[in-house]
Amino acid sequence: MKLWYETFEHGADVGIRGKGRTLEEAFANGAKALFALMADLSTIEPQKEIQVECTAPDIETLFMVWLNQLIALADIEKMVLCEFSVTIKDKNLTATARGESISPRKHDLGVEVKGATFTMLRVFQEAGWFVAQCVVDV
Amino acid sequence: MEIKSLKKINDFLWELPPVGEMRVPGLIFASQNLVEEMDEKVREQITNVACLPGIVHASIAMPDAHWGYGFPIGGVAAFDPEEGGIISAGGVGFDISCGVRTLTTGLIKDEIMPSLERLIDKIFQVVPAGVGSEGKIRLTPAQIDDVLAGGAKWALDRGYGLPEDLEYIEEGGYVTWADPAQVSDLAKKRQFREVGTLGSGNHYLEIQHVFEIYDAEAAEALGIKKDDIVIAIHCGSRALGHQIGTDYLVALAQASKKYNIPIRERELVCAPINSPEGKRYFGAVGAGINCALANRQVISHLTREAVAEIIPQAKLEMLFDVSHNTCKVEEHVIAGKKRRLYVHRKGSTRAFGPGSPEIPARFRSIGQPVFIGGTMGTCSFILVGTEFGTEQAFGSACHGAGRSMSRKRATKTWRGDTVIKDLSAKGIIIRTRSYRGVAEEAPGAYKDVVEVVNAAHQAGLAKKVAMVKPLACIKG
Repeated sequence: MKLWYETFEHGADVGIRGKGRTLEEAFANGAKALFALMADLSTIEPQKEIQVECTAPDIETLFMVWLNQLIALADIEKMVLCEFSVTIKDKNLTATARGESISPRKHDLGVEVKGATFTMLRVFQEAGWFVAQCVVDV
Repeated sequence: MEIKSLKKINDFLWELPPVGEMRVPGLIFASQNLVEEMDEKVREQITNVACLPGIVHASIAMPDAHWGYGFPIGGVAAFDPEEGGIISAGGVGFDISCGVRTLTTGLIKDEIMPSLERLIDKIFQVVPAGVGSEGKIRLTPAQIDDVLAGGAKWALDRGYGLPEDLEYIEEGGYVTWADPAQVSDLAKKRQFREVGTLGSGNHYLEIQHVFEIYDAEAAEALGIKKDDIVIAIHCGSRALGHQIGTDYLVALAQASKKYNIPIRERELVCAPINSPEGKRYFGAVGAGINCALANRQVISHLTREAVAEIIPQAKLEMLFDVSHNTCKVEEHVIAGKKRRLYVHRKGSTRAFGPGSPEIPARFRSIGQPVFIGGTMGTCSFILVGTEFGTEQAFGSACHGAGRSMSRKRATKTWRGDTVIKDLSAKGIIIRTRSYRGVAEEAPGAYKDVVEVVNAAHQAGLAKKVAMVKPLACIKG
């Protein structure tokens, strides 16, 4: 496992995957994979922060809900995000996400993500790594 | 998809005979080649939909069907509320009422060419497009409910458009059964600044010229002839529709459990149409439809203003506006009996045949206009609905070419600036704020739209009227 976050192929859309030594890290890196679809992460500065809180009936749904919460909050604030500190207790997630206002000149923009989906949604452990993934609709 | 397991009805119709828990057969309207190119997942999804309670007639796939969320994209299914029929978020999708609107301009190609670049630049300047773009309209919470209840009529009442526009939009510009109260505050908040924006991904605004006419009589009724300039707008309900999809995926997952509906794929979560949860989702879908219709109406207005500034003699008139991610109540005759059904069209366009009262009087004798978008480098098509399609596929046709290559692979294969240069050499101007978006949407990443449209035509779902080619395109 070389990459902390990556995308994977899916017919019309695209899958995102985050990995980490902890579940929290995998969720944070999953969010990076998500925002890497919208903009070049290396061009985003962590100037502003937003707080995220969410809960779900199970840990896989929590990953989907977390991503959808980020999509909605970033959209309302017209921001792109690049840094995520996540805390998960049971099936409740609290996080701080950092980024800045969208600028087509500054950020190499990609596509808007309409939503994270149940498709290929999995949160699992593999060789000491936590992995969180799903397909997103773009 | 393995062709051997299908029962061939004719060259353009294949059946998945009902087995196991399937309540109805699956029907695929496509050529052998297109069926063979389809992912096995499409078969799985057609089968899953065929197992849902209250499904009527068949679980249907269009010629461009591909792997979607619950339903295949290019999937059609109708459910009877009186037989325990359900409504499913997987049958509508995230971009509720995404669709194509085409405007005629009264101009011919030669008249527009000298000012084409100035024109597309002007439209690009006034129509917000791409990630994070904002519209000029700012709404308050009370005003957003008016948009969701009024659709294109809301826009018209605020001076965006002409009164005659409404007749040429499905449902006369808005659905009456929309229920803004079923849309979350978060969804509404996301839309405050997004009315009148194009979005990104496969959305576009394109200046096209009519390249070829296949059906002179129908073309005359539609008011188009060879070399005419038309403008096509492809977009949907923006963030509000996406958020409704997200919200109800979770809500309907709970409802599926509550009503003991076996779910074969998580995105097929659903609720009985007559349950409180089903009614709430349907009301929210209506609000999403109206949001999309308002959005396309505002964009049309901005486009009209831009065109008027560059070419004052142009007259932009509505040809038609069709949606392709919807659930609507419609009357259909099944085995000689008229029934009121909830028709889901996921990545499928409504395509009613001649005589349907839903079609504007001017086109009623030829069938409902249908727009099938190709890519920015190839061509798109204008068709009309048929009686056969109305009887066999609830009056539905395909909505696009469908991807043949994933977005990830497309960005590895092409560079956005090179795609733009190549298209420029072919005489097609592209305007975008995202090179990466252009690479993902490269013409080579899509199936051959000609083959898909020919299959729809030969299957009898819709009749080809004209081919249009792009001259200039704004990619979101």
